Amino acid sequence: MKVAITSTGNSIDSKLDQRFGRCSHFMIYDTETKGMEFIPNPNKDAQEGAGPASVQLVASRNVEKIISGEFGIKIKSLLDSLKIQMIVLKEPEKNLEDIINMINK
Amino acid sequence: MSPRPVKLRKISDPPIISGFKPYGNKKSNSKPVITFLNLEEYEALRLCDYMMFDQLQASSAMNVSRPTLTRIYARARKKIAEAFVLGKQIIIEGGKIYFDSEWYNCKSCGCVFNNPDKQKIIAECPLCRAKNFTNYSEFTHEPEESLKRKRNKK
Repeated sequence: MKVAITSTGNSIDSKLDQRFGRCSHFMIYDTETKGMEFIPNPNKDAQEGAGPASVQLVASRNVEKIISGEFGIKIKSLLDSLKIQMIVLKEPEKNLEDIINMINK
Repeated sequence: MSPRPVKLRKISDPPIISGFKPYGNKKSNSKPVITFLNLEEYEALRLCDYMMFDQLQASSAMNVSRPTLTRIYARARKKIAEAFVLGKQIIIEGGKIYFDSEWYNCKSCGCVFNNPDKQKIIAECPLCRAKNFTNYSEFTHEPEESLKRKRNKK
């Protein structure tokens, strides 16, 4: 199963990005192979429509869960129809390693 | 003829607290009077004053008409002003609402998650695997009922 985590940088000790659409990087984590992949977000500085474009990018990787600090109004209904689970974690101090450890526990 | 039923208001983020208590009342030492702020009023205030949406955007986010949003918002401000001036306690609950998805709150890691597949029943938190989480639907009951329930418990 693949999980997408919004990240502020491209390494494992970067922090969880609190925004979904305009986060700096997406980290795709595979729970079976323990593989990680960092994707820079092309919509980081987009004026409008960053959320739906980011959803498309993440959905094309077949993720089942997305962990982020916040999801906008436009995205929630979109992810609901794609059957992707949203996990809202309002802890900006947590880094990616902490979160991966939580998933693998 | 009975009046037309109230249209349900859409809520995206429930409050992280259940209310506010005043302290240091200079006039009386008696227990503060309770005022109930509905979740729909809380959401209107959050969208208009915290997210800085204009009233048209806020109304479409809550799936009600713009005049209705204005009335809900006015009621919220009235209640909060009243609580401030008269030193009342605010409890946020109740209201004719529904949530944009089926949300759960994990008590052990504090995360909020939804259930994308309605056929399956969620057994554990997807993040920390804890089993103590609550469904947001507990917010939707009427305020008077919960007060009665709390009294009965005592």
